Amino acid sequence: MADLWMQFLLTLDATLRVATPLILCAMAGLFSERSGIIDISLEGKMLMAAFAAGTLAALTGSAIAGLAGAILVSVMFSLIHGFACITHKGNQVISGLAINILASGLTVTLGIAIFAKGGQTPMLSREARFSSIELPFAEAAGAIPVIGPIYKEIISGHNILVWCALIAVWITSFIIFKTAFGLRLRAVGEKPEAVDTAGISVSGLRYRAVIIAGILCGIAGAYLSVAHGAGFGREMTAGKGYIALAALIFGNWRPVPALAACLMFGFLDAVAARLQGVEVPVIGQIPTDLILVLPYVLTVILLAGFIGKATPPHAIGRPYVKER
Amino acid sequence: MNKDALPRWIDIGLLPLINLAAALVVSGIIIAIIGENPFVAMGVMLKGAFVYKGALGYTLFYTTNFIFTGLAVAVAFHAMLFNIGGEGQAMIGGLGVGLVCLALDSLLPPLLVVTVAIFAAALFGAVWGVIPGWLQARRGSHIVITTIMFNFIAASVMVWLLAGMLMAPGQMSPETRSFAEGIGLPQIHDVLNAIGFSVAKSPLNFSFVVALLASFGVWVLIWRTRLGYVIRATGHSERAAIYAGHNPAHIIMIAMAISGGLAGLMSLNEILGVQERVILNFTSGYGFTGIAVALMGRNHPVGILFASLLFGALYQGGAELDFEFQTITREMVLMIQGLIILFSGALAYLFAPLVARIYFRLKAPSGGGNG
Repeated sequence: MADLWMQFLLTLDATLRVATPLILCAMAGLFSERSGIIDISLEGKMLMAAFAAGTLAALTGSAIAGLAGAILVSVMFSLIHGFACITHKGNQVISGLAINILASGLTVTLGIAIFAKGGQTPMLSREARFSSIELPFAEAAGAIPVIGPIYKEIISGHNILVWCALIAVWITSFIIFKTAFGLRLRAVGEKPEAVDTAGISVSGLRYRAVIIAGILCGIAGAYLSVAHGAGFGREMTAGKGYIALAALIFGNWRPVPALAACLMFGFLDAVAARLQGVEVPVIGQIPTDLILVLPYVLTVILLAGFIGKATPPHAIGRPYVKER
Repeated sequence: MNKDALPRWIDIGLLPLINLAAALVVSGIIIAIIGENPFVAMGVMLKGAFVYKGALGYTLFYTTNFIFTGLAVAVAFHAMLFNIGGEGQAMIGGLGVGLVCLALDSLLPPLLVVTVAIFAAALFGAVWGVIPGWLQARRGSHIVITTIMFNFIAASVMVWLLAGMLMAPGQMSPETRSFAEGIGLPQIHDVLNAIGFSVAKSPLNFSFVVALLASFGVWVLIWRTRLGYVIRATGHSERAAIYAGHNPAHIIMIAMAISGGLAGLMSLNEILGVQERVILNFTSGYGFTGIAVALMGRNHPVGILFASLLFGALYQGGAELDFEFQTITREMVLMIQGLIILFSGALAYLFAPLVARIYFRLKAPSGGGNG
């Protein structure tokens, strides 16, 4: 029984680790999409950021430099997206797709040119990464039966970016629902004409939203290569940006429900990893591939309105053209 | 005609070329930053795509993939649907081919099996396309998100089947057994050599002919049939289509079925043309490249043929980069592709104001000075 409890706690611990980049990207998407800009380029920005972080951390030996570079590169790609979608009123899906494909090619091309390791960056030493933070008394508390391990395994021992992700949810929620900027941001995604009539720049708000999205994707990418992992590997985002997008839809473009969806998808991932190759009585080997596909299937079912209803921001995907 | 409007040859001829040039210039700058000579790289790619023995066959082989996926995107575009699920539809099309061949190859004559398999490719792809179509038409889901999700679902289904019940016995890699002897499409070099031309060996096969027929078919469908007219009308204005007595939900589903079917046909080239068994990831992103192809080709079959040839050359030429350079590889092609989608898709009209200014300035003296 104690063993099963421990297994469960370790799965929850893994859930948080897997969910961190999802949470950060979902919040990034939330800012962008609430302002009316579809963002399927979460994946590409995160990939570029992971590469930038891995590269800079390897060259300078500093995780902070890696994080800063990741944010900078990710924001640059956000601005490309903004330039295409806001300034040039281009198709937002096409722009996002272009960024994703560009990122796939560019990371490997630059990676080979800089390190000549087939697109990977070198393994990072302990100092060049964000190490896990052991909270005080973790060892002592771990000895307390049943509840002690909750503190030791789940709450303690995470790196700073995991905490960043959780705080980001709170900050996002505050900005979106409690500040004037948040109100305007939501308005610009619902009815940009109204915002324009009030004398506030639609483009300005949308640019600010995509820049915030870039910062958050940058942190997510840095988490992958210099906190969770120890270096960049090609295609290391592996569809996480799209899962985050699914979580955002699942959370109905709201921060806390999106967090819940990220944790749920992270949990499915963690469970699938634990059940890989495990034989269960009656069922036999569990088809873990089918567990991993659940986020996508659930999102399709949700979008179709079979369970609840996803309501996107009203003006999403439409470039704003000022009336003459 | 609007006096500010650019003439057609600029809109569909010059602007796409300028956009392509912009993408290539940016790629060239990146190559230069890496420390290689972009012109040398371009030369290597051109030689790799057209000059070496058998190179043209390979180029046209890749071209075939892009014709199918490009047409698929274009047909959906005409109904104002953005189908980015070509990748998944092609995978499931390949699954259809595999199931038919594995089930029937010991029972029926090869010609019949292959014919059924061709229809299965289109049918399976169509089904995988029509479900997101139905979800959009009847349940209000957004087609972009649904087709993205369907790509991932298709990939999982393929892994599950190929590593599970369809995996060849005694095999460690996730793929089916090979089809029986004689199940496959005729190779173009065999055919040409048989009638007296001497042609180098390449994977180019009968699918290329199917692709050309499909291009013609799409042209006829979109511009010469009632259905095509209704598809375009629905794309332009759903409300107008309703007033004209059409049911947009039906049209959306029909357009997505045709689109998915075309994407499904892509699997013929890889599965029946080369592999003669079903393997994982045989689509290798060709479904996404189809979007670039349709954008460059402005959703017209003729444009798509040229754009497919361009991408076929990029892919085949890109493979050559691996041999010639230490620092640049075929992933470079992915980067160029991303830039092409950016410039000819999202930034399609970036250069339009500049071109317009130059055009009207040049035209002004002869046009009476008020243009």
